[in-house]
Amino acid sequence: MASIEGTILDFKRLDQLARGGTSLHRIDARAKVLVALVFILSVVSFDRYALTALFPFFLYPVVILALGNLPADYFVKKVVLFLPFALAVGMLNPLFDREVVVRVGSFGVTGGWVSCASILVRAILTVSAALLLVGVTGFPEICRALERLGVPQTFAVQLLFLYRYIFVLTEEGARSSRARELRSFGGKGLGIKSYGSLVGHLLLRTWMRADRIHMAMLARGFTGAFHARHPSRFGGKETLFLLGWSTLFLVLRLRNVSQLLGSLVTGTFP
Amino acid sequence: MSHHLVEAVHLRHVYPDGTVALRDVSFRITHGESVAVIGANGAGKSTLLLHLNGYLTPTSGVVRVGDQSFTKKTLPEIRRRVGMVFQDPDDQLFMPTVYEDVAFGPVNLGLSTAEVEARVREALERVGAAHLRDRPPYRLSGGEKKRVAIATVLSMAPDILVMDEPTNGLDPFARRRIIELLKDFHHTRIFTSHDLDMVLELCERTIVLHEGEVRADGPTGEIFRNEGLLAECSLEKPLSMQGCPVCGSSGKQEAEGG
Repeated sequence: MASIEGTILDFKRLDQLARGGTSLHRIDARAKVLVALVFILSVVSFDRYALTALFPFFLYPVVILALGNLPADYFVKKVVLFLPFALAVGMLNPLFDREVVVRVGSFGVTGGWVSCASILVRAILTVSAALLLVGVTGFPEICRALERLGVPQTFAVQLLFLYRYIFVLTEEGARSSRARELRSFGGKGLGIKSYGSLVGHLLLRTWMRADRIHMAMLARGFTGAFHARHPSRFGGKETLFLLGWSTLFLVLRLRNVSQLLGSLVTGTFP
Repeated sequence: MSHHLVEAVHLRHVYPDGTVALRDVSFRITHGESVAVIGANGAGKSTLLLHLNGYLTPTSGVVRVGDQSFTKKTLPEIRRRVGMVFQDPDDQLFMPTVYEDVAFGPVNLGLSTAEVEARVREALERVGAAHLRDRPPYRLSGGEKKRVAIATVLSMAPDILVMDEPTNGLDPFARRRIIELLKDFHHTRIFTSHDLDMVLELCERTIVLHEGEVRADGPTGEIFRNEGLLAECSLEKPLSMQGCPVCGSSGKQEAEGG
């Protein structure tokens, strides 16, 4: 539990980064959320064998990383953590799809390998886009932006609470797990059975905590509506940001820029 | 003045599982009083507190705040007037930043942005936490969390302050700070605590709960000198009233005067 908290759910660091003061941080969260959404949609809508056409899209994470003054190594490490999941999805493609699509000298590359690589590249692009979005916006701001973009309030508030209590819950889980470990003396303890009641207790405790939080909210006049603070404006800068990036993604989506560049260099325009 | 009054008349509460938490509790707390509710674990302290802002409804009997009893209509107003600080600040601080948490109550009251800002600033300054305003709650220490939790209630300008175990889990310095802070309040104050030394310092009046009933109600000094009563209710004299274990000298004298 503690290791999960330490690695994948290292939101605390992301949260700190999100409070940076670059001009990118100051752009209205809605524009950033929409741009990230257009980016992800463009990337995932490519044909399964697309590979070269995906590379120009790396421009976006690189620019955001630079403009947001974010530590590249931190984000690379986070993205790498997600790669095994993408690999698990694409792993079997080379076995099923054995048709040779590209020949490099005498070596034939099958469609399976190309689509597997495509899945990996897409995973890197989409995961880094999502992480960077949190890194320059902050999770609470994203929730609020979603709400202002028309996502039902209940859903946005759920996300907000999930984010607030994920720390409390992981800590509680880690404590229970430690208590079990300390009394099982290196052995398996009571095996899987003890985990059953451990998770059950965690659920009940979470339930009771939810009850107490609700109590605290009622005590302060909660009536079911969350009120937004300092409504930021969706102005010219935001429109420019949104239109600029969206146009770029659209062009990159419809024209294979890598290939165009390649043909320019080799002088063989199609 | 009368709206600072808290009164319980033959209050009885039975939980749905049949546990009788409060048998028969009556008391009347008037304006500006500082009252401690003490008792062993399971004596009914927390259940009693939850009645004071209408979270629980009495099985029988009445609770009144000011001259109002609890109805659906008076409930929002009563909840504003009774500021309740819970035992675990993690339950109370649920917003992404300290500022938003302290603003939660005033915003729900429908105050203007400028007014909310002023209330938040004042409440945070009052508890000495102005520098924490943009921090997320999970980055605060235990003492800071507690002080911010108090600020979330102060920002609603309550008449009555109800606190469950205000000094629980704090280091001696943080505990001292909270006590000094609470000393300065002129609200009607109601505390539950096992920290009897704090009670001795903060409360002139003490109500002892025992198995869901008021076992004693009177001046704090008098109650703490009644050793028979304390033993019967699984309590003990505050440390400052006990003899010194090293030099053998007797405890605090000021309490003797009542």
